[in-house]
Amino acid sequence: MALKSAGDAPATLPQKKGLWAWINKRLPVSEFIEEQLTGYFAPKNFNIWYFFGSLALVVLVLQLVTGIFLTMFYKVGEATSFDSVEYIMREVKFGWLLRYLHSTGASAFFIVVYLHMFRAFLYGSYRKPRELLWLFGMAVYLALMAEAFMGYVLPWGNMSFWGAQVIVNLFGTIPGIGPVLVEWIRGDYGIADATLNRFFALHVVAIPLGLLLLVALHLVALRRTGSNNPDGIEIKEKVGPDGKPLDGIPFHPYYTVKDVFGIGVFFILFAIIVFFVPTLGGLFLEGPNFDPANPLSTPEHIAPVWYFTPFYAILRAVPDQRLGALLMLLAVVSFLFMPWLDRSPVKSIRYKGWISRLALTLFAISFVALGYLGLQPAEGLYVVLARIFAVIYFAFFWLMPFYSKLDPVKPVPDRVVYHAH
Amino acid sequence: MADHAVVADDVVDLSRRKFLTRATIATGAVGAAFAVVPFIESWAPSERARAQGAPSELDLSKLEPGQMTTIVWRRSPIYVVRRTPEMVARIAGHDADLKDPNSEHSIQPAYAKNTDRARSAEYLVLVGTCTHLGCLPKQHFSAGELYPSWPGGFFCPCHGSRFDLAGRVFNGSPASTNLVVPPYSYPNPHTLLVGADEKGSV
Repeated sequence: MALKSAGDAPATLPQKKGLWAWINKRLPVSEFIEEQLTGYFAPKNFNIWYFFGSLALVVLVLQLVTGIFLTMFYKVGEATSFDSVEYIMREVKFGWLLRYLHSTGASAFFIVVYLHMFRAFLYGSYRKPRELLWLFGMAVYLALMAEAFMGYVLPWGNMSFWGAQVIVNLFGTIPGIGPVLVEWIRGDYGIADATLNRFFALHVVAIPLGLLLLVALHLVALRRTGSNNPDGIEIKEKVGPDGKPLDGIPFHPYYTVKDVFGIGVFFILFAIIVFFVPTLGGLFLEGPNFDPANPLSTPEHIAPVWYFTPFYAILRAVPDQRLGALLMLLAVVSFLFMPWLDRSPVKSIRYKGWISRLALTLFAISFVALGYLGLQPAEGLYVVLARIFAVIYFAFFWLMPFYSKLDPVKPVPDRVVYHAH
Repeated sequence: MADHAVVADDVVDLSRRKFLTRATIATGAVGAAFAVVPFIESWAPSERARAQGAPSELDLSKLEPGQMTTIVWRRSPIYVVRRTPEMVARIAGHDADLKDPNSEHSIQPAYAKNTDRARSAEYLVLVGTCTHLGCLPKQHFSAGELYPSWPGGFFCPCHGSRFDLAGRVFNGSPASTNLVVPPYSYPNPHTLLVGADEKGSV
């Protein structure tokens, strides 16, 4: 668009006066609102699965705000970290609330993101033309994993220490450079003050900046392709005489109102956890982390927080350390390939056949089961089950190019399926 | 305003422009690569961390036969076990159950690459972190302690790796190599020095 001179407002618009007009001559606020909200058309058949994107944004803001306040009281250092967290919990006014909001927020982030990703699996939101949108989303997920892992080290409890030990040592399994790389990451011969300090810097500055950039790219890519919907139909292909999609409605006010309602429900559930069960029985905050870090005493069994346990179960299921680390990495990376693994002629599960439905169901079951097994000790039946579910997990991804083609699909309707409420 | 005369050689020399662009990019890339070095290097162990990684000493006269003690060297726990002749005898006889019975793929100084994995059979010196992912294997020295055929050794509670009384890993463990033997020496018969041997300190 060519730049207009200040007095050159479009003739169709009434010549407004006052502060609003003054600002808009200098900053395109009206245009921005028009382009991004009131003139941005989203499919009208969104369902409950479409709450989680905006909820993820809300949780991101919550984490940024509570995180900033926590850094005002937290003192990074081998000798001070654990005590300063206790200080926040016991002596800072409402410090307990700030910390529980942040720790519950971390788990909430993953719940919301996992549901958001499952929505993409259900309706094929990763398919052409949304491949980059999916990849930016996955980059957000990977950054979130790094952010959560480093954040978990900061309280310097015993699980912080041993979690860091296990995860950093994973890099030691890389042939050749492994041992040197591990020493470089730690900055010492063991997990030490140097490690804690750099994780702090990454957790509060570097990764959040990267996250914000990636979220922005995710949203820009979304604006370019538009949202998918439960029918997997491109609403841009059916436009009315005014050039607007027949099956679309303006994002504002229709979906902003819907999202605000979703946020309200979310915060009710969130508050119940924060106020009544902030550790959720060791799931959101693990018991051993209320003991200070002790390099000479491993906790009875080391388990990461629940959102990493599906991958951790795969790591432990393999009786070879290098292969185990490799398969764990593959378990995460497999998601990236979804746009190219799915060869089904239809996007949405609504029109896919029984094979795809069965595959997705088995995948969801094995993801949850692996998550449970990753929390259990690595022995006996648990290991056998973890191996079985790991095979199903990988089969879902890497057999998809074959079964998604064989799948007996149903015809896709012309327009979205929609019932007025 | 008078037009400037159009000079005949006002033709863009595209190949010259292309060459200069590429040369500029290449120079900039080399400069950027050098500029990254100090940032990368800053993450290496600092001088202080290196100084604190000096060798560690242990007075052996206080260690009873059959007993184990732990000292710290380079932030790692070092297990020192004073093995009784009976314990040494239990190292033999299960080579078939081991992943690396002759320590071919494991880390140890040359003087510990033997059946006992030690300079002398009496003292076993090991880095007490599991070669799988760095947890601390626990001592289960009595025969049959974990299961009937258990010859005594170490068990890692994190991921279930098992090691014998010479720190050799059993089949079926997630760990792939035997427990690491650090460099060590005896400056005198009663003293163990971890982190230093004939080759000097590490």
